[in-house]
Amino acid sequence: MAAYRISPALQRVLHAVKHAAFRSRCCIIVSRAQYSTVYDHNEKTFDKILIANRGEIACRVMKTCKKMGIKTVAVHSDVDANAVHVKMADEAVCVGPAPTSKSYLNMDAIMNAIRQTGAQAVHPGYGFLSENKEFAKRLAAEGVSFIGPDTHAIQAMGDKIESKLIAKAAKVNTIPGFDGVVKDADEAVRIANEIGYPVMIKASAGGGGKGMRIAWNDEETREGFRFSSQEAASSFGDDRLLIEKFIDNPRHIEIQVLADKHGNALWLNERECSIQRRNQKVVEEAPSTFLDPETRRAMGEQAVSLAKAVNYSSAGTVEFLVDSRKNFYFLEMNTRLQVEHPITECITGLDLVQQMIRIAKGFPLQHTQAEIPINGWAIESRVYAEDPYKSFGLPSIGRLSQYQEPLNLHNVRVDSGIEEGSDISIYYDPMISKLVTYGATRAEALKKMEDALDNYVIRGVTHNIPLLREIIVHPRFISGDISTKFLPEVYPEGFKGHQLTATGRKELLATAASLFVAAQLRAQKFLGDLRVSNTQQERRSWELCVELEKGVHMLGVSRSGFMTFILKVEIDGDKLEVSSDWNLASPLLTVTLNGIHRTLQCLSRNAAGEISLQYLGTTFKLRVLSKLAAALSVHMPEKVPEDTSSILRSPMPGTVVAVSVKAGDTVAEGQEICVIEAMKMQNSMTAAKTAKVRSVHCKPGETVGEGDLLVELE
Amino acid sequence: MAMAALAAVRRCRVLLHGAVKSSFRGSPSQPRSYSAGRLSVQERIERKRQAALVGGGQKRIDAQHGRGKLTARERVALLLDPDSFVEYDAFVEHRCSDFGMEADHNKFPGDSVVTGQGRINGRLVYVFSQDFTVFGGSLSGAHAQKICKIMDQAMLVGAPVIGLNDSGGARIQEGVESLAGYADIFLRNVMASGVVPQISLIMGPCAGGAVYSPALTDFTFMVKDTSYLFITGPDVVKSVTNEDVTQEELGGAKTHTAVSGVAHKAFENDIDALLNLREFFNFLPLSNKDPSPVTECHDPSDRLVPGLDTLVPLESTKAYDMLDVIHSIVDERDFFEIMPNYAKNIVVGFARMNGRTVGIVGNQPKVASGCLDINSSVKGARFVRFCDAFNVPIITFVDVPGFLPGTAQEYGGIIRHGAKLLYAFAEATVPKITIITRKAYGGAYDVMSSKHLRGDVNYAWPSAEVAVMGAKGAVQIIFRGKNNQADAEAEYVEKFANPFPAAVRGFVDDIVVPSTTRRRICRDLEVLATKKQTNPWKKHANVPL
Repeated sequence: MAAYRISPALQRVLHAVKHAAFRSRCCIIVSRAQYSTVYDHNEKTFDKILIANRGEIACRVMKTCKKMGIKTVAVHSDVDANAVHVKMADEAVCVGPAPTSKSYLNMDAIMNAIRQTGAQAVHPGYGFLSENKEFAKRLAAEGVSFIGPDTHAIQAMGDKIESKLIAKAAKVNTIPGFDGVVKDADEAVRIANEIGYPVMIKASAGGGGKGMRIAWNDEETREGFRFSSQEAASSFGDDRLLIEKFIDNPRHIEIQVLADKHGNALWLNERECSIQRRNQKVVEEAPSTFLDPETRRAMGEQAVSLAKAVNYSSAGTVEFLVDSRKNFYFLEMNTRLQVEHPITECITGLDLVQQMIRIAKGFPLQHTQAEIPINGWAIESRVYAEDPYKSFGLPSIGRLSQYQEPLNLHNVRVDSGIEEGSDISIYYDPMISKLVTYGATRAEALKKMEDALDNYVIRGVTHNIPLLREIIVHPRFISGDISTKFLPEVYPEGFKGHQLTATGRKELLATAASLFVAAQLRAQKFLGDLRVSNTQQERRSWELCVELEKGVHMLGVSRSGFMTFILKVEIDGDKLEVSSDWNLASPLLTVTLNGIHRTLQCLSRNAAGEISLQYLGTTFKLRVLSKLAAALSVHMPEKVPEDTSSILRSPMPGTVVAVSVKAGDTVAEGQEICVIEAMKMQNSMTAAKTAKVRSVHCKPGETVGEGDLLVELE
Repeated sequence: MAMAALAAVRRCRVLLHGAVKSSFRGSPSQPRSYSAGRLSVQERIERKRQAALVGGGQKRIDAQHGRGKLTARERVALLLDPDSFVEYDAFVEHRCSDFGMEADHNKFPGDSVVTGQGRINGRLVYVFSQDFTVFGGSLSGAHAQKICKIMDQAMLVGAPVIGLNDSGGARIQEGVESLAGYADIFLRNVMASGVVPQISLIMGPCAGGAVYSPALTDFTFMVKDTSYLFITGPDVVKSVTNEDVTQEELGGAKTHTAVSGVAHKAFENDIDALLNLREFFNFLPLSNKDPSPVTECHDPSDRLVPGLDTLVPLESTKAYDMLDVIHSIVDERDFFEIMPNYAKNIVVGFARMNGRTVGIVGNQPKVASGCLDINSSVKGARFVRFCDAFNVPIITFVDVPGFLPGTAQEYGGIIRHGAKLLYAFAEATVPKITIITRKAYGGAYDVMSSKHLRGDVNYAWPSAEVAVMGAKGAVQIIFRGKNNQADAEAEYVEKFANPFPAAVRGFVDDIVVPSTTRRRICRDLEVLATKKQTNPWKKHANVPL
């Protein structure tokens, strides 16, 4: 561990000293981004690159292009005409309407855009056309460089079956029970039985977790086959499937490789990506707490040997499953820049996008394996527009009415492609940003992540910060005791938000009461108004009643000081001193509670005393009332909420793919009623009780909004 | 003076005590240890005052609470700053001697209303709060007289009047005296109109002639599930028109805030309503002689709003939410919307710009494309006239495709109702700032606080289109029967679907980057703070009612 604690600045100096030609190089070190784009003016690079992607990754690629003096071309769908990546680019070309199959996957339109703008190379980002050999072929045919590996490597690694054969031949550990392409459900069941349960079913063409399902028995295999093939068809236009042995309780650790066109290849250490929900990564870190130097080297060397076996060039990622005994198995190779590449950049100081561009232009690698450091620790949280309280994250959409990245903090990097006012639409991935923090040690990086999440202002869409904030402080995560099952194991009942401790509760109550008092005091400040009472004494003490999670607390608040007043809050015999600048316009609320600094966010505050505070990531609803109002509120009639068990509403906006019932049918509890597709995820909606269907309010193909009535039961 | 203040404080202490505990030492049910004849004056004063505090007695107070409603005094205590209420006429009693009303047990000191003055966040306000526990809050001559007294005084000193209505109607035993009382109040409502703000909060029944007092005031708010407003109740409706209708359907909060437009907003319960009323009160000037209030503001006046640059969709047929524009421009996203559920194609309400109260009017493209129709015109007109009467600057966001066509509108009189909004904007002499965010088509362009109606500062966003009508309709008329409609449409769009035709004529003062709108408005309001403009002398104007 100690060996890694070389400061990044020192490392950059060491790096520079090693290179004799340093003086002729231009070194741009951006303190925020934690990677350096060191490039040689003598290296002739591309004049213009088209980025065949959108969102944060398009912006990420353009950042490096701009530093390297390369002109950029954005492509966009018509709804993305105002997107950040379009504004950032030197030129932009519209390639079609919103659905990705008609725009970002529309090869003809993108080829036209390349011809029209004269771009010499294309960076595909991740997803979309990044691992599409057809696209790479067409580019090659027109003499346009593809910033990525060549067609052969894409094809070899893109095919899950072939890739395993190659891996085996290259002496890479592979997963036992590996088998072939699946034709129908019966064959799926047969194969699954041959391998032995549990098995994993997924699309051959797709990377990541999309279309991947785990089956423990024949019935689940059939269901998994149906879902995976449908999803595979809608996402990749290729419904081939793959079934293989599922390794229980594994870690997901991947090795970043970098290879040039001259047969050189490097491994840039690992990324630990075990924290996943529905097989999609949520929190990643580099390095992994789990690997010892020997395992790391073994994995790195196997990764490099695989890359060499396919004549790989460019950046790529070799994914492994690692079991509890540090046995590792090859999972797949992603022949593109990974979403989570920033953490590797943080610990190695390399700019991977720059390296990809250099390699595509034909330059050899600048580094040797011995020069690849692990400097400090980097953590990445994927901030999504989704509701973490619904199966760890169901997509939400909306307009970012307020948006502020925590870039005021040092050692924080935010890769995003949206800004205040942007729409998160149903058409694309609901990722808001990748929040990366860095520190000399893991503890430092984690502390920074806490601060960064607390300071991240996102309004207008539901987001997963509550979940992220809980993961990074969970004792199991902190001790490194994680696996891909972390979330379902830690939250078997589903994620319920932060559970307040006694101290936390007091801090929250004191903050809410203080905010209430600050607002009350300000409401009396009429400027230049001669008609405000002079005979009324300004109040110095309040008796308040604060409701929180159905508990009612009596608080005494007293005030000292005038402009930047300090409030003393008494709760159940405890005294807290609360100070702040009491800026009621700022979405962030920085308070000092008995000397401890906390950043909370005030999400809403109304005249009736209701205050929503984001505290330690989770939103808490409080109500602050004067003693009098609280005493009288016992007389207020209770409003009865609507009974929802007989009503099925859409949990998210999306498209109805299938409706399995009609009015008059009897459904059993848990039976599928309809399927909603949102952001390419198919979600099966089930009955909450056994009942007769009264009416069906949706039909396949229809678009529904969050909360729309789908089916009514009797 | 000092004595009076001291007495007021004492009264309030007792009042708060009574309100919290809902119990009372001198309650009539307790045994009396004295004989009335031998009471000293001091004791009699104390007894009467105590009796006034419990209104109709504990039983009726409990019944009131049982209905989910607070008592008249509890409401006053919640509405006003602590210890600030100064009560008038606690000793007034009704004068009716018929039907046994003269009996001692039918006399209640203060009768069925609590009146007085107090402070909301330090600012003066006159309040009456009808007491349902005394004769169902019915209106006697004395009750009316008490209300008239505080209204007269409010006019004299220039302070708003808030009425908390909870009354079964006229005191039938008093006959015409009760009716006279209503008329006295109506007259004062009319006289005070435009002099001091008048606010009604309906917190129980309000039926028959009584409804006209709230109707004459500037704002009528209701409490959901426990308040009703109607001319005649469900029973009479059944007997006359044979319609079956519940109280709630006929005159509940939902009906009046969404269907009839009689009420301006509804709140969950008594406490919610009163706390919101305090918040609302802070937006209002105290009288027509007072400037629009300015409060301490933490939101920088020069704050840029980058989100606005991409808010208006590129396709002019696509909707967006005007509330997004309003929330992001005003101070602290704090917008008190008036009539949020009625005629939603126009948005009106109060907000602050750099601390100063402003009235916001905006077409809402999300609802019926933001067109003007009968209801939205009347809603907008009434709001604009309130702002003008009380020196509140008006900021208008325009995205209007025109007036809504159709027989329903024409038969309903869209011509004369639309004229009201036109009239209101034209007549207004307060600072008027207009931002055309997208469409400003046809007559509706003129209406929406255009330069021609004395708009002080008129801006256009780059997405603005000021024209007689949209491209398609225009081309069909200009090039009727010609074949090259598509080309003509393109030409029309090129020529008119942009802010230039208005800008080159000076009909908009500038084309502004949307993200800078807040900054510009704040600066303009500072400049316009000293604006003085008067209309020609007239007895009163003749607004097309």
